[in-house]
This record gives sequence, C-alpha cells and structure tokens, in this order.
Amino acid sequence: MAKLHVSTTINGEPQEFLCDADQSMLDVLRGPLGLTGSKEGCGSGDCGACSITLDGRLVCSCLMLAAEAEGRQIATIEGMAGEELHPLQTKFLEMAALQCGICTPGVLMAAKSLLERNPDPTEHEVRFWLAGNLCRCTGYDKIVRAVMETAADMRGGAR
Amino acid sequence: MTDIQYLAPRTLDEAVQAFAASSGKGRILAGGTDLLVQMRAGTVTPHTIIDIKKIGEMTAIEETAGGGFRVGAGVSGAILREHPKLKKVWPGVVEAANLIGSTQIQGRATAGGNLCNGSPAGDSVPAMVAAGAIVTIQGPKGRRELPVEAVPKGPGRLNLEPGEIVVSFTLPARPKGSSDAYLRMIPRTEMDIAVVGCGVSLTLEKGVCTAARVGLGAVAPTVLLVEGAAKALIGSKLDEAALDKAANACRAACRPIDDKRGTIAYRTQIAGVLLKRTAAIAAERAGRN
Ligand SMILES: Cc1cc2nc3c(=O)[nH]c(=O)nc-3n(C[C@H](O)[C@H](O)[C@H](O)COP(=O)(O)OP(=O)(O)OC[C@H]3O[C@@H](n4cnc5c(N)ncnc54)[C@H](O)[C@@H]3O)c2cc1C
Ligand code: FES
Ligand code: FES
Repeated sequence: MAKLHVSTTINGEPQEFLCDADQSMLDVLRGPLGLTGSKEGCGSGDCGACSITLDGRLVCSCLMLAAEAEGRQIATIEGMAGEELHPLQTKFLEMAALQCGICTPGVLMAAKSLLERNPDPTEHEVRFWLAGNLCRCTGYDKIVRAVMETAADMRGGAR
Repeated sequence: MTDIQYLAPRTLDEAVQAFAASSGKGRILAGGTDLLVQMRAGTVTPHTIIDIKKIGEMTAIEETAGGGFRVGAGVSGAILREHPKLKKVWPGVVEAANLIGSTQIQGRATAGGNLCNGSPAGDSVPAMVAAGAIVTIQGPKGRRELPVEAVPKGPGRLNLEPGEIVVSFTLPARPKGSSDAYLRMIPRTEMDIAVVGCGVSLTLEKGVCTAARVGLGAVAPTVLLVEGAAKALIGSKLDEAALDKAANACRAACRPIDDKRGTIAYRTQIAGVLLKRTAAIAAERAGRN
C-alpha cells in the first residue's frame, strides 16, 4: 500500500510528510521529522513522555495516528522556547525539577497547557493535571513546585 | 509492511459504507485510546481504519427541543467538560467521562469509544445507564435506537450488527429537582481501572424520591441497570432503610470476577457502599436544582 501524504503545521511551520496508515504521530515526529524531543516511554498512553498539543489540546502522540495530523496544528517541545527559554523551562532548570530528563519534555508540554487554561492553579490542580506524566526520578515534588512558582511569576505575583 | 487503509470520511453515510464494505476487518477510530493500544499490542489488526472525527453529527453537543442533549459519540471528555450547560444538567455523566485516564487521554477519549470498547469497567457507561441515555446507531440498514444498557453483550462484545456505528447519546430533559452522580472505587487516586463504578440519577419532590436509575460497572460481564435499587429508592426520602435496601439490591445484582484489583467479596461489598455514597451526592445536587 502506498504511503499517505500528510500536510500539517508543526510549531507554526507548514510541514509535509509520508507515513503508513497505522504509524503513530510519535513515530513520525521522532523518525522522518527528526523531532526527537518527544519521548517514547511506554507507547500506550500511560507515561505522557510523548505529550504534544493537537489544535491546542494536550494529547499523547503515541496514541494518535500520524494520518490524523492532516490539516491540523501540532505543537511539540521543540517549539516551546522562542528566542529565550519559556519561563517553565527556566524555572525547571533553576529549581532542578528534572534528573534524567526523559519525562521533562512531556511534563513541560503538559504544564504549559495547564497554565494557558488556568494561570492560578492550586497544587491539587497541578497534581491532577500532571497525573498522566510519569517521572521515575524526581518524586514529583520539585516538578509541582516549579510549575506553581512559574505560574506565580507569570501572573506577576510575589513568591 | 503494511496494507492498512486510513479513511476520514466527512459524512456518516460514507463511514457506514466503508465500515460495511470492510467486512469485519474495519475498525472505527474515535479517540484511539483503546484502539491504538490494542493495535500496538497486536490484539487488533484492522485492514481499514475509519476515523469518525470529521463527521459533524458525531462531534457535536446539541440541546434537543425538549431541553435534553444529544452528545456525539466522537466528543472527547475534554470537550464534554467545557460545555457550559451539560455539566449543570448532567454532572454525573460529565464527571464519569472525566475520570477516564489523564489530561492527555481526556483530550481524545470519547464516550462512544468507552461504550464500544465493551469493557465492563468503562467509567462513562454506568453514568450513561443511570441517565437513561438512548444510543442512536446507524448502519447499512438505516438508523435505530437502543437504551445504552442494551448495547454491551459481554466483555468486548456488542449488540451491534456488522457495519453499525454508534452516532450519539441522547440524554433526556430533566424535571426540577433532578441530578446525577458517578463514583468509582480504584486502588489509587488516578489512572486506574474501576473495581466498582456506580452511577445514580434521581428526582426529588419535597424530599421524596420520585424517579431513580442506578447503573453499576465492573461487577458483571456488562454494565448493569439495577432496577431493584431504583425501586428501593423511589417513594422513599432516601432514609437509611431505603438506602440499605438499594445497597443490598446492588450487591445482589453483582456477578463479579476475582482479580488483582478486587475479590468477588470485596467488589460485592463495595457495590453497596458506592450506591449509598453516589445517591447522597446525586440527592444533594438535586436539592439545589
Ligand atoms: C492511560 C489510559 C488510561 C485509561 N483510563 C481509563 C479509565 O480510567 N476509565 C475507563 O473507562 N477507560 C480508561 N481507558 C480506556 C479508554 O481511554 C476509554 O475506554 C475511552 O473512552 C475509549 O475511547 P476512544 O474514543 O479513545 O476509543 P477508541 O480507541 O477510538 O475506540 C474503542 C473501540 O470502540 C470502537 N468504536 C469507537 N467509537 C465507535 C463508534 N462510534 N461506533 C462503533 N464503534 C466505535 C473502536 O473501533 C474500538 O474498537 C484508559 C486508556 C488509557 C490509554
Ligand atoms: S509514550 Fe506516549 S504515553 Fe508513554
Ligand atoms: S526526570 Fe527522570 S523520569 Fe522524570
């Protein structure tokens, strides 16, 4: 069977690729597109390391077919920093909210998506929003604190 | 090597045609949170994947003329939660759908997929059963309707004919003093499969329960409508005796399995406990409506 031709937008740039009908978005990102920031932890929707946004909505790219990207807007971790790092990225570095870093791209994508919807989340809300992002290293506490502090900074409030 | 075909039809007719033409080797793709996992595990090997998310009727939430709602089978949990009115009228249905998986899973998972995957532990199903949702189905022979509890046949099996697609769920209008709730028991606080799930929908008039429906999940091969429990609640003031009776009716309806998540005895016991807690939440909400 011939490959499917897909036209999409990734991190604001038009992008075309060929894929198999059963290929996941994650496979295409990491393979032909060379966007290896999204990680594969499980391939079954459990770990969140592959988190991207599809038309602004947080999804697991391992549970999305690449063919579904046709005509849609995709954002990956590679698009998170502009000229400068995103405040979440800076805060994660400052507060050492990562160790091995495998979960970090997914956590950052998820946290950014939370703060876009809810600039003033409670700790409870942060923990529930990030429940689909597994981290085997940090014990989560530093991640949660870094997200809370970034939110406070971005609101312009004091710590 | 792959000879799989991916189709994303824009109309239901095209989808039904393609699904029927795939002669059993086609699969509907909604959110893909079950299907893609199964394909990857090799337990499902479709030749044709029919993505229904470009079909307007299947991705819309509409208010019906009488004040109910028609929820497309392809609407994700995240979209359900963001609908301003639906969660006020059917909070239990929305909270049940929102228990499915993580934020990421919510962005994709649909109530249609939850029902059609056929798991007895699907979280949105007992809430839909309690709500009295009517499922609209379209297939090669046209359209028909079924009460949601009549759709599952057994684990992974449905009372659907070849080529039939679940189009939408119709939730009825609510009389004053009505509400619903859904609770599940899981060993952790997030990201797990229900040991028991319980949906209760009820109507109160001057403190007396005048209508009730109870749906129970994960305690039998299919999600159950527990009419005995509803009967025990109707006509009562939801006093302790009525709640005990309803809880016992739930326990009597259980035909659960023993597994690592819960023993038969535990699941049966919890079914009654959840009935009481869920009914209390539904009643408290109904009192405010
Ligand atoms: C990490 C993770 C956590 C999860 N947690 C939960 C949980 O807490 N509770 C829970 O209940 N489930 C859970 N699930 C399972 C799954 O997310 C749900 O069952 C979900 O509702 C499936 O919906 P979907 O749209 O993704 O279905 P899909 O995967 O697209 O489809 C599921 C099945 O139904 C068929 N189908 C889909 N739509 C239709 C239709 N309209 N007509 C006919 N057939 C159709 C498909 O062909 C497929 O066989 C979890 C899954 C993952 C990966
Ligand atoms: S790789 Fe997608 S959730 Fe783990
Ligand atoms: S930092 Fe290693 S998994 Fe999170």
